Amino acid sequence: MLALNETWYLVLAAMIFTIGSLGLLTRKNPLVMFMCVELMLNAVNLTFVTFSKALDDIAGQAIVFFVMVVAAAEVVVGLGIIVAIMRRRQSANADDVSLMRG
Amino acid sequence: MRVEMFTFLLTAAICLAGSAGVVLLRNPVHNALSLVATLFGVAVLFIQQGAYFLAAIQVIVYAGAIVILFLFVIMLLGVDRAEGFDRDPILGQRPAAIAVAVAILGLSLTALLSVGSRVTGQASTLAAIDGSEPNINALAKVLFTDYVFAFEITSVLLTVAVVGAVVLSRKAGPAIDLGEFPEGTTADLLEARHAAKTQRHEAEGDDSQGDDLEGDDPDDGDAEDETTQEALR
Repeated sequence: MLALNETWYLVLAAMIFTIGSLGLLTRKNPLVMFMCVELMLNAVNLTFVTFSKALDDIAGQAIVFFVMVVAAAEVVVGLGIIVAIMRRRQSANADDVSLMRG
Repeated sequence: MRVEMFTFLLTAAICLAGSAGVVLLRNPVHNALSLVATLFGVAVLFIQQGAYFLAAIQVIVYAGAIVILFLFVIMLLGVDRAEGFDRDPILGQRPAAIAVAVAILGLSLTALLSVGSRVTGQASTLAAIDGSEPNINALAKVLFTDYVFAFEITSVLLTVAVVGAVVLSRKAGPAIDLGEFPEGTTADLLEARHAAKTQRHEAEGDDSQGDDLEGDDPDDGDAEDETTQEALR
């Protein structure tokens, strides 16, 4: 049986990141696009934790902590923007807000 | 080792299925629930690698707060109807996206698998993970010494995010009229108002005491309520 080493985790993180980027590029609902960004952030977090264990360095986990804080702030502001846009127009489509005016 | 491998494979399957669900399912509520599956899977992988504190934070903050926020917005805006995949506003957007994704995956897999199973780089000398020390202690130590400035700036970031969310979500109303607020504390004001109301009720001989408590609020800038009600409508 193959041994479980860091490469497994890194490959899984790369797959999750790829799926997230694919969703970000193809989906049109801004909420779902945000969820795909969260997927990509999680893949990167998994990579950080894997290297933290491989290199025996707790700093990687500290970086993951900061990434989580930034993700939370980003979601709050992003959802505020989405709510403000959708109050004005009743469509859940990112292509309709390509103009920089209301 | 066998148990670890089994756990990893099961969790990886859950993660991949969840992230595929985020991308492929058409209902935003189902997308959010698939995201929860992926986040829990990542939390299990954190535990497997000894990052216990981050696993807890992952479940509490991500699954408990962020996804719930997503669900709130989805249901508040009423966008939980299915999205059509048929329209493609930019010509060839989807093939291009798939090409980009395949390129990302191919490049990263090549980079990962070509070097074998060893991780290059130097082991830590400053913040080594000591087996005798609990994970949360080690993380707190490095967070409050080496990264203390980043930690403080994080609080500024969160404050800015809160202010931004409030500014973005409030409806622009008339400015607050300062003459509307008389002198004295709020308790005095409420007491005077209540006394006036009971006096009036006694004068009228009204027996409906039940709606004393909530009626007759002045409309001074209750923007949050109005917007919520408008969104619900």
